[in-house]
Amino acid sequence: MGLSRRDFLKTSIAASTAATVGLPISKQAEAAVKASEAGWQWDKAVCRFCGTGCGIMVATQDGQIVATKGDPDAPVNRGLNCIKGYFNGKIQSGKDRLTQPLMRMKDGKFDKKGQFVPVTWEQAFDEMERQFRKVYAEKGPSGIACLGSGQWTVQEGYAMNKLFKAGFRSNNIDPNARNCMASAVAAFYSVFGADEPAGNYDDIEYADSMILWGSNMAEMHPILWSRITNRRLGHKDCRVINITTFRNMSSDIADLEIIIKPNTDLAIQNYIAREIIARDAVNWDFVNKHCVFATGPYDIGYGMRPTDKYAFPAEKDTQAKELRVKLDKYEAIAQRRKEGEVVEQQNTADPARHWLISFDDFKRAVEPYTLDFVAELAKGDPDESLDSFKAKLRQLADHYIDPKRKVLSFWTMGFNQHQRGTWVNEQVYMNHLLLGKYAQPGNGAFSLTGQPSACGTAREVGTFSHRLPADRLVPNPKHRADVEKAWHLPAKTLNPKIGSFYAKILRDLEDGSVKWVWVQVNNPWQSHPNNNHWLKAAREMDNFIVVSDAYPTVSAKVADLILPAAMIFEKWGAYGNAERRTQHWRQQVDPPGEARADIWQVLEFSKRFKIKDFWGEQSVPGLKADGFPDGKLPSVLDEAVKLGYTPEASLYDVLFATPENKKYKWPDPIAKGHDNHVVRLLGDGWFPEKALWQEYVQFGRGKGKDLADFDVYHGDKVRGLKWPVVGGKEVPWRFNEQYDPYVKKGAGFEFYGDLFKAIPKGDLDKVTDPTPVSVAGKAKIFYRPYAAPAEQPDERYDLWLCTGRVLEHWHTGTMTRRVPELHRAVPAAVLWMHPEDARARGLKRNDLVWVESRRGKVQVRVETGGRNKMVRGYVYVPFFDEGVLINRVTLDTTCPISKESDFKKCAVKVYKA
Amino acid sequence: MAEKTTTRREFLLQVAQGTAVAATGAMLWLYMLRQEARAHPYALRPPGALPEPDFLAVCIKCGKCVNDCPYDTLKLAGAGGNLPIGTPYFTPRDIPCYLCPHIPCMKACPTGALSPALKNINDSRMGLAVIDIENCLSWRGLRCEICHRECPLKGKAITLETHPRPISKHAMFYPIVHSDACTGCGICEKACPTEEPAIRVFPHKMVQGKIGEHYRLGWTFDTEITQDFKPSGPPATGGAPAKPPKKAPGMDYLNEGGL
Repeated sequence: MGLSRRDFLKTSIAASTAATVGLPISKQAEAAVKASEAGWQWDKAVCRFCGTGCGIMVATQDGQIVATKGDPDAPVNRGLNCIKGYFNGKIQSGKDRLTQPLMRMKDGKFDKKGQFVPVTWEQAFDEMERQFRKVYAEKGPSGIACLGSGQWTVQEGYAMNKLFKAGFRSNNIDPNARNCMASAVAAFYSVFGADEPAGNYDDIEYADSMILWGSNMAEMHPILWSRITNRRLGHKDCRVINITTFRNMSSDIADLEIIIKPNTDLAIQNYIAREIIARDAVNWDFVNKHCVFATGPYDIGYGMRPTDKYAFPAEKDTQAKELRVKLDKYEAIAQRRKEGEVVEQQNTADPARHWLISFDDFKRAVEPYTLDFVAELAKGDPDESLDSFKAKLRQLADHYIDPKRKVLSFWTMGFNQHQRGTWVNEQVYMNHLLLGKYAQPGNGAFSLTGQPSACGTAREVGTFSHRLPADRLVPNPKHRADVEKAWHLPAKTLNPKIGSFYAKILRDLEDGSVKWVWVQVNNPWQSHPNNNHWLKAAREMDNFIVVSDAYPTVSAKVADLILPAAMIFEKWGAYGNAERRTQHWRQQVDPPGEARADIWQVLEFSKRFKIKDFWGEQSVPGLKADGFPDGKLPSVLDEAVKLGYTPEASLYDVLFATPENKKYKWPDPIAKGHDNHVVRLLGDGWFPEKALWQEYVQFGRGKGKDLADFDVYHGDKVRGLKWPVVGGKEVPWRFNEQYDPYVKKGAGFEFYGDLFKAIPKGDLDKVTDPTPVSVAGKAKIFYRPYAAPAEQPDERYDLWLCTGRVLEHWHTGTMTRRVPELHRAVPAAVLWMHPEDARARGLKRNDLVWVESRRGKVQVRVETGGRNKMVRGYVYVPFFDEGVLINRVTLDTTCPISKESDFKKCAVKVYKA
Repeated sequence: MAEKTTTRREFLLQVAQGTAVAATGAMLWLYMLRQEARAHPYALRPPGALPEPDFLAVCIKCGKCVNDCPYDTLKLAGAGGNLPIGTPYFTPRDIPCYLCPHIPCMKACPTGALSPALKNINDSRMGLAVIDIENCLSWRGLRCEICHRECPLKGKAITLETHPRPISKHAMFYPIVHSDACTGCGICEKACPTEEPAIRVFPHKMVQGKIGEHYRLGWTFDTEITQDFKPSGPPATGGAPAKPPKKAPGMDYLNEGGL
């Protein structure tokens, strides 16, 4: 690819005119364009939308964003953008942009049943504080919660995490990233002992076979898809395989499309493992040196509530599966049991525990997954012949096994939003590890993230209810001690009890155990499944809901207090993308009106509290941990005094504006003249985004998570860096001695992540020797069985429903539906359905129908054509449209290990409205 | 375009007859002119023609340009067609504009409706050629490319892009039209060998899109990071707000009932 910049410009101009009419830029035109841009100021930034992490350039003039462009120097996108990215410059200027705090009031006072009225920030924080103190006094750290986001900037997530965990001593903070890639995380932990992928996007240019498992990259990661397509076009032997439950746009490029039934990806992967063994293709050198075999319990439920107390009458039969499951024919074979056997789900409390098994056990476990068995179970298109489907499965196995082919597996929500999401993630590594095709250029298994900073903020900072920065875990005493030391907290300040995960926070609101919640940068009352419960809980329970957002969302509508938030280019920030690349940007323009950055909201709110409000003894029902009295967090105030704090010290001074942090002064030359409205409003002269970044990076250094200094990322030549950044150099492929300085010399490969690296021994059913055995440096090859979906179509609800995104809209449409052009392009959600299914119900394209499940129903129009070609028996409704709140219909099962919701499968009926 | 075409002689005759008909003739004439001056985005005008509304305002329908066209390319619109009566136009598939270097039609124009600002005929923009890639033989892989070879601005207005042909070892040669050089002369349309032309000239407005002002193609030229950024002042957020306003954006939606 020795293309000079000049050639590149030439070819790209030609390419831009490849349509019948183009818009080339001649020298003259370029001069004219440049003249029209006189007075524009340009800076680098990053796209607001998905986890791809495209670089963009932003132009401002007179305090307004006037234009953006794809950043040609950004290695991720080389100047390209998708159609959402094209509109980065317009997302902040919707007509209904929130510019003033709004609170429900009656007679001049807050009233849960009141109407929204504009208030000052002072009034807003006063009420927020009053409600917070009331709930904290009644319920302690467990009664409050934060629903955060993989769209927080790194510093915002870090600040809120610290405020909750160190300040409020509550672990009830969880990001919407829980519903996005928690299953990927759980498997990164269980298999490698460390989060995030070994490889990076450059794998694409080395791969021979690219296999999509539940990932419609063509729509959801359009820029990466153009890279994959380019590889497919430019490399003769390259093949793309799309494994999906319906024909989506990724099938257009795919050489092989395999349409499967929900959850049968579990069986297909075991079939591949069985083939690897049967064809004697195990890479024994790799496996013996670097891997062990493992398994865990099967009876782990479906992540629903253990009780039907809160279930609607119609959903009680589905909920009952949480407690006991009657095995169907396929599960019985897959789990080596008897059909019809009723299995009590006894491992719902600790579904993640696992133990070592022998290779012989592993081999015995995958033995039932023959081609005949798996094909019969997994074939998803009733109009395809079994022979055709079998041939496809065989080809799929061929691609993995062929020693000459480099294989790259991709997945997104099809794997992660899955009732066995962790298992299915573990299984993809199972096959890559058996073949020794991992952590090498072109050989990898790559979890694509949905959100722009699911990796950077949610995962790396650890804004989950069980995590602390840089792969540290809440229940681990050593990890808590690390964090307490780094944060200058007295020992035992941090709460050792894992907090409520995202879905549980909503359930806690429903049952009244959480009564104060702060929502930032996400829209749970549109995006969370089985939504009728949570809508009702928000409005009818005694609680106080604060929503920080830039636009009036469904969540804002059910809130009690709405705080107007600054958007991406109105503040300083950093995002971390799917390939471990961290990218920073500066504030480009001021937020409008009274809108203010989330980080300012966190810092400002923290000023209202003193350490004595939280660091005395606190009651935490159910807390059980070494060194802690049952049900209690001890008072650490005496220790705090020894550390030099006074009980009257504010959380702001203790957690944020520390003497160390105040050394990062504003103005700072790195700003190059850019403003910082957070600094201006705080008014005490420090630079929080930089100080908190520098405080944060200490957690990952020397631990394989090394991030560079703040100023490095802001260098003009830098377009993000892939961590670990060791000695100023990025690590392209982790765990591989050739590329990763963390791997011991001579080891070849080393999976050095240290989580869950001492486990007991057992057989396929149980632990036989509980003594933990060290598996340091090794990756685990898991056996995981097929498990049937908790809810499947029956006579009453006869169709599968799947929800997800469309290319044009981001998540719940909060931003993209404010861009008139995107709204015009895709104004409303539709229900994609097979034409035969429509005919059988007397429906025509564009008919208004009800789509109804045990949990709720919504109206939507039928689409039998267009971008998604459904198989019979399967419908798809995207969730961006608040006029079609499809999550009233969806089911809130989760992967029991990762607690990530499964949006991809539930049973519905469709009938004319 | 199925225009009813008229020679200059016939046209003058028609006009004479028209005015002679009745006392209502003059009114009818005006009526027709007005009516027809509204709906006709399709006209291909002679080189140098002002933008369509200006052109219609300035052209006195004298026919001099038509008279001086050496190739009989230009016609005068007759009554009953889609174009304003008496205005000059051409139909490339019949006779294209052959791009006379001395631009006789423009020189003949007494009013500047064909603007004398046009110095070089290659700078004329009568329309823009558009390819129907489904029916273009070259786009289907046949070695035609007549439009490219016949184009007076070959290599500028029409270029060829080569691509591998997936189903054989023979490359494809795609003709591509470039709006910054295409004069709209229509020689390509005339020359196109398909039964109906697969390349045709249309007025720019009919076919050209426009990228939003808010976006720039990133790779067309370099953009440096601004070193001494000047934020706009005074800041929108800063001073302590006195009293909240009575109304704020988003309130109406938030307070309306129902979900």
